Amino acid sequence: MSLLNVENLTIDIAHPRGTLHAVRGVSFHVEKGETLCIVGESGCGKSLTSHALLGLSPRVAKVEAGALSFDGTDLRRLKERQWQKLRGLKMSMIFQDPMTSLNPSFTIGSLLEEVYMRHHPGGRSAARARAIEILKKVGMSNAEERLHQYPHQLSGGLRQRVMIAMGLICGPDLLIADEPTTALDVNIQLQILRLMQQLKEEMGLGIIFVTHDLGLVARFADRVAVMYAGRIVETAPVAELFANPCHPYTRALINCIPVPGKTRPGEPLGAIPGVVPSLIGPQSGCAFRDRCAHATPLCARALERKRDGAAHVYECHYTPEETAA
Amino acid sequence: MLAFALKRLGLTLLVLVSVSIITFSLVRLAGDPAIALAGPEATSEEVEAVRTAYGFDRPLPAQYATWLGDVLKGDLGFSNILQRPVLEVVMERLPVTAKLAGLSVLFALIIAIPLGVVAAAKRNTIIDRLALSIAVVGQALPNFFFALVLILVLGVGLRWLPISGDKTFLHYIMPAIALGYFATPAIMRLTRAGMIEVLDSDYIRTARAMGLPRSRVVMKHALRNALIPVVSLTAVQLGFMLSGSIIVESVFSMNGIGRLGWQSIQRTDLEVMQALVLIISVIYLALNYMADLLNGLLDPRLRVQ
Repeated sequence: MSLLNVENLTIDIAHPRGTLHAVRGVSFHVEKGETLCIVGESGCGKSLTSHALLGLSPRVAKVEAGALSFDGTDLRRLKERQWQKLRGLKMSMIFQDPMTSLNPSFTIGSLLEEVYMRHHPGGRSAARARAIEILKKVGMSNAEERLHQYPHQLSGGLRQRVMIAMGLICGPDLLIADEPTTALDVNIQLQILRLMQQLKEEMGLGIIFVTHDLGLVARFADRVAVMYAGRIVETAPVAELFANPCHPYTRALINCIPVPGKTRPGEPLGAIPGVVPSLIGPQSGCAFRDRCAHATPLCARALERKRDGAAHVYECHYTPEETAA
Repeated sequence: MLAFALKRLGLTLLVLVSVSIITFSLVRLAGDPAIALAGPEATSEEVEAVRTAYGFDRPLPAQYATWLGDVLKGDLGFSNILQRPVLEVVMERLPVTAKLAGLSVLFALIIAIPLGVVAAAKRNTIIDRLALSIAVVGQALPNFFFALVLILVLGVGLRWLPISGDKTFLHYIMPAIALGYFATPAIMRLTRAGMIEVLDSDYIRTARAMGLPRSRVVMKHALRNALIPVVSLTAVQLGFMLSGSIIVESVFSMNGIGRLGWQSIQRTDLEVMQALVLIISVIYLALNYMADLLNGLLDPRLRVQ
């Protein structure tokens, strides 16, 4: 049984001009100790999807799913109180901007201890010991002193480490990371990624890593789900995806990454022509067809999932051979 | 924190010096104090005699230095009209106004902050509108009118509360409501706006993502940050109440400094007026200084430079 199983997740948001179908039937699963990267452009629904997994959807969003289960629990039936017991303890989430995601009025120590004590009623001393332990684990020197510091006294990289420490202090099974490195310098990005990789191995953590950066995906993912306009258009193990991308959108994304030695200096980088379609109102067919070089009238028809090997699924009317440029 | 407190204290003292100069000049500019002191029927020789006797013929900076020296020693002058030292007159009245202003602010906070929090948590619902209208009625009604309504209902009609005087705690309840209600809309709106902003912030989302219960998220993580601007506003409102209690003190016949100020204007008692302006300014500055310190405690980012 998968740690997390999502089937046919839809998120609709009421909009003055009709319903916005932000997430349109997304299915995926995550195993223990596995990193699933959800990759896509801004507005493709990847953040909405990840928030829905923790019951943190905005109030205006209508979330439905064929199945939504975590470690045997049906998340669709949870009341807010039950969600609260799950969050932070069994699954937790870290966010994009460490500068604004930590409460400025409290010390690192009290923020960490509060999360621990919330899920482990008992004395502050146990919580303090655990806070020091987890700070050491996320690679912070002088952990005891850090407890007394405020978020504004730390650099962005250190704050993100604190954020990760908060997420992991109760030893969850699943960590959802919503663009955790986007706001950081490139060298700090790598440190944070290595840290998450190491923690995943040590703690047997399942990770959902949401990003728009395919370069990070290549380094970090076990499996990848490529999202476009509220759908997962292709999902595959990472090596397979880069070696054999089946969906024209995935291929276009990969072509946007400059390759050292291969992309000549001064050569324009690949860009996908056109813009993401509006998701307001009824949707049909392949959402990428307006931007796809291989689109035909057939592409407006309902899509079906195709397999290319056991773990490689994509949604396109044509085979990779037919759409290869 | 100590460096922050000292720096703020330095700034406060600078403002205090300016205030003392302005207070001193105001009375000198308001007319010839020698004529005022000598009285309307005095001859010009008598006026000159008064001028020399009180030192009004000396250069202004010298007069200021003498006056400041006296003030620092606690000598605020002598009221020729009341034939008593000014400090004694003011100190007799100050506790009444201080109690009234304190209770008024307390009343305003008790009404405004919960209303603001509830309105923010239930924003754009009927509860939000209701909370806003409760607060706004306070500002829409002139406070002498509201005071009269209170007197009619609680005092005359129901006979629950005494309608005039300042002898017991019960005497303060209606004046405090009348005065405090006026301050509720501003505090309530600021609390609501602050809470809405903070509840949308990333760190509130973090707190929720870590499984903290909603009550704790709202009351601890959000309210503490939302209250920072409210603290400063409350200090300003408290200052307004000290000086602005003239009407309420008159309606309820309370012998506070508001009423004293009004009486002093009527009998052109310059010494008392000057002392009142100075004392109210000092209290105002002290309140703002305390608000700064409280903000420093609430927001660690203010403490460091």
